[in-house]
Amino acid sequence: MPSLGADMEEGTLTEWLVKPGDKLARGDIVAVVETQKGAIEIEIFEAGEVAELIAEPGQTLPVGASLARIRKPGEEEEDEPQPAAPEAEVEPEAEPEPKAEPVATPEPTEPPVRSTGSARPPPRRALSRPPRAGAARAAAGDNGSLESQGALASPAAKARAAEAGLDLAAITGSGPGGAVLLGDVEKHLKDAPSVAESAPKDEPADNPARKPAKGKPGLDMAEMRRAIAAAMSRAKREIPHYYLAHRIDLQAAQDWLGKTNAERSPDQRLLMGALLIRATVRALPRVPELNGRFESEEYAPAEPVHCGMAVAMRGGGLIAPAILDAQEKGLDEIMAAMRDIVARTRTGRLRNSEITQGTITISSLGENGVDALFGVIYPPQVALVGFGAPRLEPVAHNGAVTARTCITATLAADHRVSDGRRGAAFLAEIDRLLQEPENL
Amino acid sequence: MNPADIRAAFIEDLTSVAPDIDPETLDDDEHMQDDLGLDSMDFLNLVSALHKRFGLPIPESDYPELATTAKAVRYLGKALAG
Repeated sequence: MPSLGADMEEGTLTEWLVKPGDKLARGDIVAVVETQKGAIEIEIFEAGEVAELIAEPGQTLPVGASLARIRKPGEEEEDEPQPAAPEAEVEPEAEPEPKAEPVATPEPTEPPVRSTGSARPPPRRALSRPPRAGAARAAAGDNGSLESQGALASPAAKARAAEAGLDLAAITGSGPGGAVLLGDVEKHLKDAPSVAESAPKDEPADNPARKPAKGKPGLDMAEMRRAIAAAMSRAKREIPHYYLAHRIDLQAAQDWLGKTNAERSPDQRLLMGALLIRATVRALPRVPELNGRFESEEYAPAEPVHCGMAVAMRGGGLIAPAILDAQEKGLDEIMAAMRDIVARTRTGRLRNSEITQGTITISSLGENGVDALFGVIYPPQVALVGFGAPRLEPVAHNGAVTARTCITATLAADHRVSDGRRGAAFLAEIDRLLQEPENL
Repeated sequence: MNPADIRAAFIEDLTSVAPDIDPETLDDDEHMQDDLGLDSMDFLNLVSALHKRFGLPIPESDYPELATTAKAVRYLGKALAG
C-alpha cells in the first residue's frame, strides 16, 4: 500500500486492473485505491510480471502492506516463502516518513526484498537512512492504534490481523524468532472462528468497488478536510515560510490571449491559468532551489518540474495534483494537461504519481477571486506561487495613468532553502516572461 | 429549436460540467460564476460543449451573454436563428 500523503495511514484496495501473469511496463496502472483524495490509480514502478495478487479488493491495509508480488523480467518462478514476505510493493514511491517505507522485512532469515528481484524500486532521491528496527511499526502504520505494535510479524500478517481485529500477541508465530506470518493468522482465524465473527465489519466481501459512483468516486469530505488539515498543520509546524507579493501588468498577456483565442474554437482555447503556469515553470531555472522536495531533513532540488495545481472541488475542499514534467510542455500542452487533470480531479481518478511527486504548487484564484492569496506550502515542497484575480486597475504606463489588467503574484517559500532576494528574482522573472506572451 | 428545447440542452451541458447542480432547483437567473460557482475551466468546458452541440463559434466576446441560463437561452436562440 503506497503512501499517498503525509498523513495517510491506510487505504482500501478498490479494484485490481491486472491479474497474475500480466506483463507490466513501468508506469502501467495496476490497481485503484481509495483514499481521502478519492479513488487513486496506482502505477507500477518497475517492469515485470504479476506473480501474485496478495491483497483483495475491499481490504483496508496500512501503508506499507504488500498488495502484490511482481517478478522481474527474466526471473524464474521461484518457490518463495511467501506470502509472508512483504516484497513486491506496488509503487512504494513514498512520503518521507519512515512509516511509508515498506522496505524492511521483520523476518531476517527470509530472502531480503531486493534479492528476490521483486518490484521494490531502487530508492530514488536520498531515501535517507536505512530503515530501522521500526519495520514492524512501519508496517503497522505507525499510528499506535494497532494492538500488535510491538509483536514481531510480517506486514501481511499484521494487515490481516488488523483487518480481522485480532491482537497479534495472541497468535503463535511460526516464523523466524517466533514472528507471526500470514499463514499463522489465517490458521488462528480458522481455529477460532468466533474471533473472526466478532469483528466482521471489515470482511473483504463488502466490496466498495461495487458501490455506484456519483461525482467524484469515493470522496469523503470529512476525510478530505482531515487530510488538508494534517498537511497544512505539518507545513505550519515545520516550514519557516516567508511571503512576497508583486503586482504584474497582465495587459500584454490578456491582449495576446484574446487575439489567440479569437482564432480558435472553444475546445482549443487557452485560459490565462495556462499562461501563468507556463511562466512560472519557465521562471524556475532562474531560481532552481524553489523547485524540489525537502525530505528527511535534507533538501533535494528537483530537475523536472512536477507542477502542482490547486484544484478546488465543487462543494468544498481541494486537491493539488501535479502536471508531471511541466518543463517539457508548451503552452498548448500545459492547457491540455490542465483540462485533463481538473476533469480527473473533480470527477475521475488521479494517479498516485500525480498526487505524491509535486515539486512546486501554483494556486490561482481565477477571475472571481480576491486580490491576492498567501499560500501555505504543501510539504515536502518548498514553494507555493499564488495568483489573485486579474483586475482592471489604474496604472502608470508609458508616463500616463491608464486602465490595465493587473494581477498580484505571491510567493510563499521555505526559508530553509531560499530567502527573500531569491524569491523576488523569481517573481520578477515571472513578470518578465508574462510581458512577452508570444514567446511563452 | 424552441426555447424550451434550447433550455433543456443547455441544462444538460451545464450539469455535465457541474454534476452537483440540480436542474430541479436551478433558477434561470442564477449567475454561472457568482451563484453556481463555475470557474474559468468549468465555463470553458460548458462553452466547448455548447459549441459541439450547436456548431456555433461562441467567441470570447460573447461570454457575458451566457452569464445566466435565461441569457444563454436567448443568446443561443438568436444565434441559431441568425
